[in-house]
Amino acid sequence: MSRVAAVAWNTFREAVRDRVLYNLVFFALLLIATAILVGQISIGIETIVLISLGLSAISVIGLLIAIFTGVGLVSKEMEKRTLYALLSKPLRRWEFLAGKFGGLVLTLTVNTAAMAVGLLFALLCVKHSLDGGDATTFIAVYFILLKLAIVVALALLFSCFTSQLLAILFTAGLYVAGLFVSEMRNLDGSRVGPAMKVFFSWISYLLPNFQNFDVMAAAAHGKHLPGILILQNTLYAILYCTIVLSSASVVFSRRNLK
Amino acid sequence: MSAPAIEIESLTKDYPTGFLHLKTKRSLENLSMRVEEGEAFGFLGPNGAGKSTTIKLLMGIIFPTSGNAKILGRPISDVEMHKDIGYLPEQPYFYDYLTAAELLDYFARFYGMNSAERKERVAKMLKKVGLETAGKIQLRKYSKGMLQRVGLAQAILHDPKVVILDEPMSGLDPIGRREVRDIILDLKREGKTVLFSTHILTDAEMLCDKVGVIVGGKLQGVGRPDDIVGMKAHEMEILFDADASDLRSAALVAKATKSGSRYSLRVPEEKVFAALEEVRAGNAKLAAVTPIKPTLEEYFLHLIEKERAQAAAIEVSGK
Repeated sequence: MSRVAAVAWNTFREAVRDRVLYNLVFFALLLIATAILVGQISIGIETIVLISLGLSAISVIGLLIAIFTGVGLVSKEMEKRTLYALLSKPLRRWEFLAGKFGGLVLTLTVNTAAMAVGLLFALLCVKHSLDGGDATTFIAVYFILLKLAIVVALALLFSCFTSQLLAILFTAGLYVAGLFVSEMRNLDGSRVGPAMKVFFSWISYLLPNFQNFDVMAAAAHGKHLPGILILQNTLYAILYCTIVLSSASVVFSRRNLK
Repeated sequence: MSAPAIEIESLTKDYPTGFLHLKTKRSLENLSMRVEEGEAFGFLGPNGAGKSTTIKLLMGIIFPTSGNAKILGRPISDVEMHKDIGYLPEQPYFYDYLTAAELLDYFARFYGMNSAERKERVAKMLKKVGLETAGKIQLRKYSKGMLQRVGLAQAILHDPKVVILDEPMSGLDPIGRREVRDIILDLKREGKTVLFSTHILTDAEMLCDKVGVIVGGKLQGVGRPDDIVGMKAHEMEILFDADASDLRSAALVAKATKSGSRYSLRVPEEKVFAALEEVRAGNAKLAAVTPIKPTLEEYFLHLIEKERAQAAAIEVSGK
Protein backbone atom coordinates (compact mmCIF):
# COMPACT_ATOMS: atom_id res chain seq x y z
CA MET A 1 0.00 0.00 0.00
CA SER A 2 2.88 2.35 0.76
CA ARG A 3 4.10 1.93 -2.82
CA VAL A 4 0.72 3.05 -4.16
CA ALA A 5 0.80 5.99 -1.74
CA ALA A 6 4.33 6.93 -2.91
CA VAL A 7 3.22 7.04 -6.57
CA ALA A 8 0.05 8.93 -5.61
CA TRP A 9 2.01 11.52 -3.63
CA ASN A 10 4.43 12.05 -6.50
CA THR A 11 1.56 12.43 -8.98
CA PHE A 12 0.02 15.08 -6.72
CA ARG A 13 3.40 16.82 -6.40
CA GLU A 14 3.77 16.80 -10.20
CA ALA A 15 0.35 18.41 -10.64
CA VAL A 16 1.16 21.08 -8.07
CA ARG A 17 4.56 21.83 -9.63
CA ASP A 18 3.04 21.88 -13.11
CA ARG A 19 0.80 24.67 -11.76
CA VAL A 20 -2.43 22.72 -12.31
CA LEU A 21 -3.91 24.38 -9.21
CA TYR A 22 -3.46 27.84 -10.77
CA ASN A 23 -6.99 27.40 -12.15
CA LEU A 24 -8.17 28.34 -8.65
CA VAL A 25 -7.22 31.94 -9.33
CA PHE A 26 -9.49 31.92 -12.39
CA PHE A 27 -12.29 30.37 -10.35
CA ALA A 28 -11.91 32.97 -7.58
CA LEU A 29 -12.06 35.81 -10.11
CA LEU A 30 -15.14 34.27 -11.73
CA LEU A 31 -16.93 34.00 -8.39
CA ILE A 32 -16.07 37.56 -7.36
CA ALA A 33 -17.34 38.89 -10.69
CA THR A 34 -20.49 36.78 -10.46
CA ALA A 35 -21.24 37.85 -6.89
CA ILE A 36 -20.91 41.52 -7.85
CA LEU A 37 -22.99 41.12 -11.03
CA VAL A 38 -25.85 39.05 -9.60
CA GLY A 39 -26.19 41.52 -6.77
CA GLN A 40 -26.97 44.17 -9.36
CA ILE A 41 -29.01 42.41 -12.06
CA SER A 42 -30.82 39.36 -10.69
CA ILE A 43 -33.16 40.51 -7.97
CA GLY A 44 -34.35 37.57 -5.87
CA ILE A 45 -32.47 34.89 -7.77
CA GLU A 46 -28.91 35.82 -6.79
CA THR A 47 -28.40 32.57 -4.90
CA ILE A 48 -29.73 30.38 -7.74
CA VAL A 49 -27.47 32.07 -10.29
CA LEU A 50 -24.45 31.96 -8.02
CA ILE A 51 -24.85 28.28 -7.09
CA SER A 52 -25.58 27.23 -10.70
CA LEU A 53 -22.60 29.13 -12.03
CA GLY A 54 -20.31 28.05 -9.18
CA LEU A 55 -21.16 24.35 -9.53
CA SER A 56 -20.89 24.52 -13.33
CA ALA A 57 -17.45 26.11 -13.03
CA ILE A 58 -16.32 23.48 -10.51
CA SER A 59 -17.55 20.74 -12.84
CA VAL A 60 -16.04 22.16 -16.04
CA ILE A 61 -12.67 23.03 -14.49
CA GLY A 62 -12.52 19.61 -12.82
CA LEU A 63 -13.42 17.88 -16.08
CA LEU A 64 -10.70 19.72 -17.99
CA ILE A 65 -8.11 18.71 -15.40
CA ALA A 66 -9.41 15.13 -15.17
CA ILE A 67 -9.35 14.60 -18.94
CA PHE A 68 -6.22 16.50 -19.96
CA THR A 69 -4.09 15.45 -17.00
CA GLY A 70 -5.65 11.99 -16.82
CA VAL A 71 -4.76 10.98 -20.38
CA GLY A 72 -1.14 11.91 -19.74
CA LEU A 73 -0.82 9.91 -16.53
CA VAL A 74 0.54 6.80 -18.22
CA SER A 75 1.29 7.84 -21.80
CA LYS A 76 3.53 10.74 -20.71
CA GLU A 77 5.54 8.40 -18.50
CA MET A 78 5.93 5.98 -21.40
CA GLU A 79 6.88 8.66 -23.92
CA LYS A 80 9.40 10.28 -21.59
CA ARG A 81 10.65 6.86 -20.44
CA THR A 82 10.42 7.85 -16.80
CA LEU A 83 8.62 4.54 -16.33
CA TYR A 84 11.76 2.53 -17.08
CA ALA A 85 13.46 3.44 -13.83
CA LEU A 86 10.21 3.27 -11.87
CA LEU A 87 9.25 -0.21 -13.05
CA SER A 88 12.71 -1.49 -12.17
CA LYS A 89 11.74 -0.91 -8.55
CA PRO A 90 9.68 -3.49 -6.64
CA LEU A 91 6.49 -1.95 -7.97
CA ARG A 92 3.74 -3.90 -9.70
CA ARG A 93 2.14 -2.34 -12.73
CA TRP A 94 -1.31 -2.28 -11.11
CA GLU A 95 0.21 -0.50 -8.10
CA PHE A 96 1.59 2.13 -10.46
CA LEU A 97 -1.84 2.63 -12.03
CA ALA A 98 -3.60 2.74 -8.66
CA GLY A 99 -1.07 5.33 -7.45
CA LYS A 100 -1.50 7.47 -10.55
CA PHE A 101 -5.27 7.35 -10.17
CA GLY A 102 -5.07 8.14 -6.46
CA GLY A 103 -2.69 11.05 -7.10
CA LEU A 104 -4.92 12.74 -9.64
CA VAL A 105 -8.05 12.16 -7.54
CA LEU A 106 -6.18 13.73 -4.60
CA THR A 107 -5.31 16.73 -6.80
CA LEU A 108 -8.93 17.05 -7.89
CA THR A 109 -10.13 16.72 -4.29
CA VAL A 110 -7.88 19.55 -3.14
CA ASN A 111 -8.88 21.63 -6.15
CA THR A 112 -12.60 20.94 -5.76
CA ALA A 113 -12.50 21.52 -1.99
CA ALA A 114 -10.77 24.87 -2.49
CA MET A 115 -13.38 25.89 -5.07
CA ALA A 116 -16.18 24.74 -2.74
CA VAL A 117 -14.77 26.94 0.03
CA GLY A 118 -14.69 29.83 -2.47
CA LEU A 119 -18.30 29.19 -3.37
CA LEU A 120 -19.21 29.12 0.33
CA PHE A 121 -17.66 32.56 0.85
CA ALA A 122 -19.40 33.92 -2.24
CA LEU A 123 -22.74 32.60 -0.90
CA LEU A 124 -22.07 34.23 2.46
CA CYS A 125 -21.35 37.53 0.72
CA VAL A 126 -24.61 37.38 -1.22
CA LYS A 127 -26.93 35.85 1.41
CA HIS A 128 -25.12 37.01 4.58
CA SER A 129 -26.06 33.65 6.20
CA LEU A 130 -26.28 29.94 5.37
CA ASP A 131 -29.23 27.59 5.91
CA GLY A 132 -29.93 23.83 5.74
CA GLY A 133 -30.72 24.01 2.03
CA ASP A 134 -27.13 25.04 1.29
CA ALA A 135 -25.95 21.58 2.41
CA THR A 136 -27.28 20.29 -0.94
CA THR A 137 -24.73 22.52 -2.68
CA PHE A 138 -21.93 20.68 -0.93
CA ILE A 139 -23.48 17.29 -1.70
CA ALA A 140 -23.53 18.46 -5.34
CA VAL A 141 -19.80 19.27 -5.04
CA TYR A 142 -19.21 15.77 -3.64
CA PHE A 143 -21.11 14.25 -6.59
CA ILE A 144 -18.99 16.29 -8.99
CA LEU A 145 -15.92 14.79 -7.35
CA LEU A 146 -17.31 11.26 -7.75
CA LYS A 147 -18.01 12.01 -11.40
CA LEU A 148 -14.48 13.29 -11.87
CA ALA A 149 -13.05 10.12 -10.31
CA ILE A 150 -14.87 8.05 -12.96
CA VAL A 151 -13.58 10.35 -15.70
CA VAL A 152 -10.01 9.97 -14.37
CA ALA A 153 -10.38 6.18 -14.38
CA LEU A 154 -11.60 6.25 -18.01
CA ALA A 155 -8.81 8.61 -19.08
CA LEU A 156 -6.29 6.34 -17.38
CA LEU A 157 -7.69 3.28 -19.18
CA PHE A 158 -7.42 4.92 -22.60
CA SER A 159 -4.02 6.32 -21.71
CA CYS A 160 -2.77 2.72 -21.33
CA PHE A 161 -3.23 1.72 -24.95
CA THR A 162 -3.69 4.73 -27.17
CA SER A 163 -2.26 8.14 -27.99
CA GLN A 164 -3.06 11.19 -25.88
CA LEU A 165 -5.23 12.73 -28.59
CA LEU A 166 -7.34 9.60 -29.03
CA ALA A 167 -7.55 9.15 -25.28
CA ILE A 168 -8.93 12.70 -24.96
CA LEU A 169 -11.50 12.02 -27.69
CA PHE A 170 -12.57 8.67 -26.20
CA THR A 171 -12.85 10.02 -22.66
CA ALA A 172 -14.72 13.16 -23.68
CA GLY A 173 -16.97 11.06 -25.95
CA LEU A 174 -17.83 8.67 -23.14
CA TYR A 175 -18.49 11.59 -20.82
CA VAL A 176 -20.95 13.16 -23.24
CA ALA A 177 -22.60 9.78 -23.92
CA GLY A 178 -22.88 9.25 -20.16
CA LEU A 179 -25.01 12.39 -19.91
CA PHE A 180 -27.69 10.79 -22.12
CA VAL A 181 -28.04 7.41 -20.47
CA SER A 182 -31.73 7.71 -19.54
CA GLU A 183 -32.58 8.92 -23.07
CA MET A 184 -30.89 5.78 -24.43
CA ARG A 185 -32.90 3.58 -22.09
CA ASN A 186 -36.19 5.24 -23.03
CA LEU A 187 -35.77 5.27 -26.80
CA ASP A 188 -38.99 4.93 -28.76
CA GLY A 189 -38.81 1.40 -30.24
CA SER A 190 -41.28 2.23 -33.02
CA ARG A 191 -38.93 4.96 -34.33
CA VAL A 192 -35.50 3.32 -34.05
CA GLY A 193 -36.51 -0.34 -34.39
CA PRO A 194 -36.57 -3.02 -31.70
CA ALA A 195 -32.98 -4.20 -32.37
CA MET A 196 -31.56 -0.70 -31.91
CA LYS A 197 -33.67 -0.19 -28.80
CA VAL A 198 -32.19 -3.36 -27.25
CA PHE A 199 -28.70 -2.35 -28.39
CA PHE A 200 -28.89 1.14 -26.86
CA SER A 201 -30.47 -0.27 -23.73
CA TRP A 202 -27.47 -2.59 -23.25
CA ILE A 203 -25.01 0.15 -24.08
CA SER A 204 -26.65 2.47 -21.56
CA TYR A 205 -25.82 0.03 -18.77
CA LEU A 206 -22.18 -0.16 -19.84
CA LEU A 207 -21.76 3.59 -20.08
CA PRO A 208 -21.04 5.62 -16.96
CA ASN A 209 -24.30 7.17 -15.87
CA PHE A 210 -23.33 10.76 -15.20
CA GLN A 211 -26.96 11.89 -15.00
CA ASN A 212 -27.17 10.38 -11.52
CA PHE A 213 -24.52 12.83 -10.34
CA ASP A 214 -26.24 15.93 -11.67
CA VAL A 215 -28.12 17.54 -8.78
CA MET A 216 -27.32 21.13 -9.72
CA ALA A 217 -30.97 22.21 -10.02
CA ALA A 218 -31.83 20.73 -6.61
CA ALA A 219 -28.81 22.49 -5.08
CA ALA A 220 -29.68 25.84 -6.66
CA HIS A 221 -33.18 25.64 -5.22
CA GLY A 222 -31.99 24.31 -1.84
CA LYS A 223 -33.95 21.06 -2.14
CA HIS A 224 -33.20 18.21 0.24
CA LEU A 225 -31.46 15.11 -1.22
CA PRO A 226 -32.19 11.65 0.21
CA GLY A 227 -29.30 9.91 1.98
CA ILE A 228 -29.83 6.78 -0.12
CA LEU A 229 -28.87 8.76 -3.25
CA ILE A 230 -25.55 9.71 -1.65
CA LEU A 231 -24.87 6.08 -0.75
CA GLN A 232 -26.01 4.85 -4.16
CA ASN A 233 -23.82 7.31 -6.08
CA THR A 234 -20.83 6.61 -3.84
CA LEU A 235 -21.10 2.85 -4.36
CA TYR A 236 -21.71 3.29 -8.09
CA ALA A 237 -18.59 5.45 -8.47
CA ILE A 238 -16.46 3.01 -6.43
CA LEU A 239 -17.69 0.02 -8.44
CA TYR A 240 -17.33 1.72 -11.81
CA CYS A 241 -13.82 2.98 -10.99
CA THR A 242 -12.81 -0.50 -9.77
CA ILE A 243 -14.01 -2.16 -12.99
CA VAL A 244 -12.36 0.44 -15.23
CA LEU A 245 -9.07 0.38 -13.27
CA SER A 246 -9.03 -3.42 -13.29
CA SER A 247 -9.44 -3.34 -17.08
CA ALA A 248 -6.65 -0.77 -17.31
CA SER A 249 -4.48 -3.01 -15.17
CA VAL A 250 -5.08 -6.02 -17.44
CA VAL A 251 -4.21 -3.97 -20.53
CA PHE A 252 -1.17 -2.31 -18.98
CA SER A 253 0.27 -5.47 -17.41
CA ARG A 254 0.68 -6.94 -20.91
CA ARG A 255 1.93 -3.80 -22.53
CA ASN A 256 5.44 -3.73 -23.98
CA LEU A 257 6.92 -0.33 -23.30
CA LYS A 258 8.77 1.38 -26.16
CA MET B 1 28.22 -24.83 -7.53
CA SER B 2 26.04 -21.81 -6.80
CA ALA B 3 23.26 -20.71 -9.12
CA PRO B 4 24.21 -18.03 -11.64
CA ALA B 5 23.21 -14.45 -10.85
CA ILE B 6 21.62 -14.09 -14.27
CA GLU B 7 20.53 -17.02 -16.38
CA ILE B 8 18.98 -16.51 -19.81
CA GLU B 9 17.54 -19.38 -21.81
CA SER B 10 16.53 -19.16 -25.47
CA LEU B 11 15.21 -15.64 -25.13
CA THR B 12 13.57 -14.39 -28.30
CA LYS B 13 11.83 -11.08 -28.92
CA ASP B 14 9.80 -10.17 -32.00
CA TYR B 15 8.36 -6.69 -32.48
CA PRO B 16 5.26 -6.19 -34.57
CA THR B 17 5.79 -3.84 -37.50
CA GLY B 18 3.65 -2.23 -40.17
CA PHE B 19 0.44 -0.26 -39.83
CA LEU B 20 -1.66 -3.26 -38.82
CA HIS B 21 1.15 -4.96 -36.91
CA LEU B 22 0.82 -7.98 -39.17
CA LYS B 23 4.55 -8.40 -39.76
CA THR B 24 7.19 -8.96 -37.13
CA LYS B 25 10.82 -8.00 -36.83
CA ARG B 26 13.07 -10.22 -34.76
CA SER B 27 15.13 -8.14 -32.39
CA LEU B 28 16.60 -10.95 -30.34
CA GLU B 29 17.06 -14.55 -31.39
CA ASN B 30 17.38 -17.51 -29.10
CA LEU B 31 19.72 -15.81 -26.63
CA SER B 32 21.16 -18.05 -23.93
CA MET B 33 23.87 -16.96 -21.51
CA ARG B 34 24.84 -16.92 -17.84
CA VAL B 35 26.39 -14.31 -15.63
CA GLU B 36 27.94 -15.75 -12.51
CA GLU B 37 27.67 -14.17 -9.08
CA GLY B 38 30.24 -11.43 -8.45
CA GLU B 39 31.14 -11.21 -12.12
CA ALA B 40 31.43 -8.02 -14.18
CA PHE B 41 29.90 -8.92 -17.50
CA GLY B 42 30.16 -6.65 -20.53
CA PHE B 43 27.40 -6.96 -23.07
CA LEU B 44 28.93 -5.75 -26.29
CA GLY B 45 27.53 -4.96 -29.64
CA PRO B 46 26.96 -2.16 -32.12
CA ASN B 47 23.86 0.03 -31.91
CA GLY B 48 20.69 -1.93 -32.66
CA ALA B 49 22.33 -5.28 -31.89
CA GLY B 50 19.81 -6.28 -29.20
CA LYS B 51 21.64 -5.23 -26.01
CA SER B 52 18.95 -2.88 -24.71
CA THR B 53 16.22 -5.32 -25.75
CA THR B 54 17.84 -8.02 -23.63
CA ILE B 55 18.16 -5.69 -20.65
CA LYS B 56 14.57 -4.45 -20.98
CA LEU B 57 13.41 -8.07 -21.06
CA LEU B 58 15.36 -8.79 -17.89
CA MET B 59 13.79 -5.78 -16.18
CA GLY B 60 10.23 -6.63 -17.22
CA ILE B 61 9.86 -3.49 -19.31
CA ILE B 62 9.05 -5.62 -22.35
CA PHE B 63 7.98 -9.26 -22.50
CA PRO B 64 9.68 -12.11 -24.37
CA THR B 65 8.11 -13.77 -27.40
CA SER B 66 9.62 -17.02 -26.16
CA GLY B 67 12.25 -18.24 -23.75
CA ASN B 68 12.80 -17.32 -20.15
CA ALA B 69 15.30 -15.82 -17.78
CA LYS B 70 16.07 -15.85 -14.07
CA ILE B 71 17.86 -13.38 -11.87
CA LEU B 72 19.20 -14.69 -8.56
CA GLY B 73 17.25 -17.87 -9.21
CA ARG B 74 13.91 -16.11 -9.52
CA PRO B 75 11.90 -15.62 -12.73
CA ILE B 76 12.03 -12.16 -14.25
CA SER B 77 8.24 -11.88 -13.89
CA ASP B 78 8.69 -11.77 -10.10
CA VAL B 79 8.64 -8.05 -9.28
CA GLU B 80 9.73 -8.62 -5.67
CA MET B 81 13.07 -9.77 -7.06
CA HIS B 82 13.69 -6.13 -8.04
CA LYS B 83 14.59 -5.48 -4.38
CA ASP B 84 17.96 -7.05 -5.16
CA ILE B 85 18.48 -5.45 -8.57
CA GLY B 86 19.61 -2.00 -9.60
CA TYR B 87 18.99 -0.75 -13.13
CA LEU B 88 20.21 2.23 -15.11
CA PRO B 89 18.20 2.77 -18.31
CA GLU B 90 19.87 3.93 -21.51
CA GLN B 91 19.82 7.74 -21.71
CA PRO B 92 17.96 8.00 -18.42
CA TYR B 93 15.20 10.54 -18.08
CA PHE B 94 13.67 11.30 -14.73
CA TYR B 95 10.92 13.53 -13.39
CA ASP B 96 12.42 16.92 -14.17
CA TYR B 97 10.23 18.77 -11.66
CA LEU B 98 12.05 16.95 -8.83
CA THR B 99 15.48 17.63 -7.40
CA ALA B 100 17.99 14.78 -7.36
CA ALA B 101 17.49 14.37 -3.60
CA GLU B 102 13.68 14.25 -4.01
CA LEU B 103 13.94 11.70 -6.82
CA LEU B 104 16.18 9.41 -4.80
CA ASP B 105 13.96 9.82 -1.74
CA TYR B 106 10.92 8.91 -3.88
CA PHE B 107 12.61 5.79 -5.26
CA ALA B 108 13.86 4.79 -1.80
CA ARG B 109 10.25 4.56 -0.61
CA PHE B 110 9.76 1.47 -2.81
CA TYR B 111 12.37 -0.39 -0.79
CA GLY B 112 10.54 0.14 2.49
CA MET B 113 13.18 2.47 3.95
CA ASN B 114 12.02 4.73 6.76
CA SER B 115 12.58 8.47 6.75
CA ALA B 116 15.95 8.39 8.54
CA GLU B 117 17.27 5.54 6.34
CA ARG B 118 16.15 7.35 3.21
CA LYS B 119 17.86 10.57 4.26
CA GLU B 120 21.11 8.77 5.02
CA ARG B 121 21.11 6.69 1.81
CA VAL B 122 20.22 9.66 -0.40
CA ALA B 123 23.06 11.77 1.04
CA LYS B 124 25.50 8.86 0.67
CA MET B 125 24.53 8.17 -2.94
CA LEU B 126 24.68 11.83 -3.96
CA LYS B 127 28.17 11.99 -2.52
CA LYS B 128 29.18 8.78 -4.26
CA VAL B 129 28.23 10.12 -7.69
CA GLY B 130 29.66 13.57 -6.99
CA LEU B 131 26.36 15.43 -6.82
CA GLU B 132 26.26 16.39 -3.14
CA THR B 133 26.27 20.10 -3.98
CA ALA B 134 23.68 19.74 -6.76
CA GLY B 135 21.22 17.59 -4.83
CA LYS B 136 18.74 20.42 -4.36
CA ILE B 137 18.65 21.56 -7.97
CA GLN B 138 15.71 20.50 -10.16
CA LEU B 139 16.65 17.81 -12.68
CA ARG B 140 15.46 19.97 -15.59
CA LYS B 141 18.57 22.05 -15.01
CA TYR B 142 20.93 19.05 -15.12
CA SER B 143 23.30 18.26 -17.98
CA LYS B 144 23.24 14.85 -19.66
CA GLY B 145 26.27 13.76 -17.68
CA MET B 146 24.68 14.81 -14.39
CA LEU B 147 21.49 12.90 -15.26
CA GLN B 148 23.62 9.83 -15.96
CA ARG B 149 25.10 10.15 -12.47
CA VAL B 150 21.63 10.48 -10.92
CA GLY B 151 20.73 7.36 -12.88
CA LEU B 152 23.66 5.53 -11.36
CA ALA B 153 22.77 6.76 -7.88
CA GLN B 154 19.19 5.47 -8.15
CA ALA B 155 20.48 2.14 -9.51
CA ILE B 156 22.66 1.48 -6.46
CA LEU B 157 20.51 3.32 -3.91
CA HIS B 158 19.29 0.17 -2.17
CA ASP B 159 22.62 -1.67 -2.20
CA PRO B 160 21.48 -4.29 -4.73
CA LYS B 161 23.19 -7.64 -5.35
CA VAL B 162 22.91 -7.35 -9.13
CA VAL B 163 23.43 -4.09 -11.02
CA ILE B 164 22.32 -3.83 -14.65
CA LEU B 165 23.53 -0.78 -16.52
CA ASP B 166 22.45 0.06 -20.05
CA GLU B 167 25.17 2.09 -21.77
CA PRO B 168 26.39 3.70 -18.53
CA MET B 169 29.17 5.65 -20.27
CA SER B 170 27.09 7.15 -23.05
CA GLY B 171 27.03 10.92 -23.17
CA LEU B 172 29.79 11.33 -20.62
CA ASP B 173 32.97 13.31 -21.00
CA PRO B 174 36.30 11.57 -20.27
CA ILE B 175 36.20 12.57 -16.59
CA GLY B 176 32.62 11.39 -16.23
CA ARG B 177 33.53 8.08 -17.88
CA ARG B 178 36.40 7.59 -15.50
CA GLU B 179 34.12 8.29 -12.54
CA VAL B 180 31.56 5.75 -13.80
CA ARG B 181 34.36 3.24 -14.34
CA ASP B 182 35.47 3.82 -10.75
CA ILE B 183 31.94 3.21 -9.49
CA ILE B 184 31.74 -0.06 -11.46
CA LEU B 185 35.12 -1.10 -10.08
CA ASP B 186 33.85 -0.29 -6.55
CA LEU B 187 30.80 -2.47 -7.17
CA LYS B 188 33.08 -5.28 -8.33
CA ARG B 189 35.18 -4.94 -5.21
CA GLU B 190 32.03 -5.10 -3.10
CA GLY B 191 31.23 -8.43 -4.74
CA LYS B 192 28.22 -7.25 -6.73
CA THR B 193 27.28 -8.80 -10.02
CA VAL B 194 27.44 -6.15 -12.73
CA LEU B 195 26.00 -6.53 -16.21
CA PHE B 196 26.51 -3.58 -18.44
CA SER B 197 26.00 -2.97 -22.12
CA THR B 198 28.32 -0.84 -24.11
CA HIS B 199 29.68 -0.29 -27.56
CA ILE B 200 32.81 1.34 -26.16
CA LEU B 201 35.21 -1.56 -26.25
CA THR B 202 38.03 -0.15 -24.19
CA ASP B 203 35.64 0.19 -21.23
CA ALA B 204 34.69 -3.46 -21.54
CA GLU B 205 38.30 -4.58 -21.88
CA MET B 206 39.20 -2.57 -18.80
CA LEU B 207 36.31 -3.58 -16.51
CA CYS B 208 34.95 -6.95 -17.48
CA ASP B 209 35.70 -10.42 -16.24
CA LYS B 210 33.68 -11.72 -19.11
CA VAL B 211 32.10 -10.28 -22.24
CA GLY B 212 29.31 -11.39 -24.53
CA VAL B 213 29.20 -10.08 -28.06
CA ILE B 214 25.82 -9.68 -29.73
CA VAL B 215 25.29 -8.67 -33.35
CA GLY B 216 21.99 -8.63 -35.24
CA GLY B 217 20.10 -10.05 -32.24
CA LYS B 218 22.31 -13.14 -32.08
CA LEU B 219 24.93 -13.87 -29.48
CA GLN B 220 28.23 -14.36 -31.27
CA GLY B 221 30.38 -15.44 -28.38
CA VAL B 222 30.92 -15.27 -24.64
CA GLY B 223 34.26 -15.40 -22.90
CA ARG B 224 37.01 -13.43 -21.25
CA PRO B 225 37.90 -10.34 -23.29
CA ASP B 226 41.24 -12.01 -24.17
CA ASP B 227 39.50 -15.21 -25.24
CA ILE B 228 37.18 -13.37 -27.56
CA VAL B 229 40.10 -11.60 -29.14
CA GLY B 230 41.99 -14.87 -29.29
CA MET B 231 39.41 -16.30 -31.65
CA LYS B 232 41.19 -14.49 -34.45
CA ALA B 233 44.73 -15.27 -35.65
CA HIS B 234 47.41 -12.98 -34.19
CA GLU B 235 49.68 -10.83 -36.27
CA MET B 236 53.15 -9.45 -35.59
CA GLU B 237 54.35 -5.95 -36.31
CA ILE B 238 57.97 -5.55 -37.31
CA LEU B 239 59.43 -2.07 -37.01
CA PHE B 240 62.66 -1.35 -38.82
CA ASP B 241 64.88 1.49 -40.02
CA ALA B 242 65.94 1.38 -43.65
CA ASP B 243 67.54 3.60 -46.23
CA ALA B 244 65.00 3.95 -49.05
CA SER B 245 67.77 4.78 -51.53
CA ASP B 246 69.53 1.50 -50.79
CA LEU B 247 68.62 -0.89 -53.58
CA ARG B 248 68.88 -3.87 -51.24
CA SER B 249 66.09 -2.39 -49.11
CA ALA B 250 63.78 -1.39 -51.97
CA ALA B 251 61.67 -4.59 -52.05
CA LEU B 252 61.29 -4.59 -48.29
CA VAL B 253 60.36 -0.88 -48.08
CA ALA B 254 57.80 -1.31 -50.85
CA LYS B 255 55.95 -3.89 -48.73
CA ALA B 256 56.09 -1.86 -45.53
CA THR B 257 54.24 1.27 -44.44
CA LYS B 258 55.99 4.32 -43.13
CA SER B 259 55.30 4.81 -39.44
CA GLY B 260 56.94 8.04 -38.27
CA SER B 261 60.62 7.82 -39.08
CA ARG B 262 60.41 4.03 -39.23
CA TYR B 263 58.90 1.38 -41.42
CA SER B 264 56.28 -1.03 -40.22
CA LEU B 265 55.51 -4.44 -41.60
CA ARG B 266 52.56 -6.54 -40.40
CA VAL B 267 52.80 -10.25 -41.00
CA PRO B 268 50.91 -13.33 -39.77
CA GLU B 269 52.49 -14.89 -36.71
CA GLU B 270 53.68 -17.99 -38.57
CA LYS B 271 55.54 -15.91 -41.15
CA VAL B 272 57.45 -13.75 -38.71
CA PHE B 273 60.81 -15.56 -39.09
CA ALA B 274 60.69 -15.36 -42.85
CA ALA B 275 59.93 -11.64 -42.61
CA LEU B 276 62.83 -11.10 -40.21
CA GLU B 277 65.10 -12.84 -42.68
CA GLU B 278 63.93 -10.36 -45.33
CA VAL B 279 64.73 -7.48 -42.98
CA ARG B 280 68.23 -8.83 -42.45
CA ALA B 281 68.74 -9.43 -46.18
CA GLY B 282 67.43 -5.95 -46.98
CA ASN B 283 70.19 -4.36 -44.89
CA ALA B 284 67.56 -2.82 -42.61
CA LYS B 285 68.02 -2.25 -38.90
CA LEU B 286 65.49 -4.08 -36.74
CA ALA B 287 63.85 -1.81 -34.14
CA ALA B 288 61.07 -3.92 -32.61
CA VAL B 289 58.90 -6.97 -33.08
CA THR B 290 55.52 -6.63 -31.38
CA PRO B 291 52.61 -9.07 -31.34
CA ILE B 292 49.45 -7.38 -32.61
CA LYS B 293 46.39 -8.62 -30.78
CA PRO B 294 43.19 -7.71 -32.55
CA THR B 295 41.04 -5.37 -30.49
CA LEU B 296 37.43 -6.08 -29.63
CA GLU B 297 36.58 -3.38 -32.13
CA GLU B 298 38.19 -5.37 -34.92
CA TYR B 299 36.38 -8.45 -33.67
CA PHE B 300 33.12 -6.50 -33.84
CA LEU B 301 33.74 -5.32 -37.36
CA HIS B 302 34.64 -8.82 -38.39
CA LEU B 303 31.36 -10.13 -36.98
CA ILE B 304 29.30 -7.38 -38.59
CA GLU B 305 30.93 -8.04 -41.97
CA LYS B 306 30.24 -11.75 -41.53
CA GLU B 307 26.59 -11.00 -40.67
CA ARG B 308 26.21 -8.75 -43.73
CA ALA B 309 27.82 -11.35 -46.00
CA GLN B 310 25.43 -14.02 -44.70
CA ALA B 311 22.43 -11.72 -45.18
CA ALA B 312 23.57 -10.91 -48.72
CA ALA B 313 24.05 -14.61 -49.48
CA ILE B 314 20.52 -15.39 -48.25
CA GLU B 315 19.13 -12.53 -50.35
CA VAL B 316 20.94 -13.76 -53.48
CA SER B 317 19.82 -17.37 -52.98
CA GLY B 318 16.27 -16.10 -52.36
CA LYS B 319 16.25 -14.31 -55.70
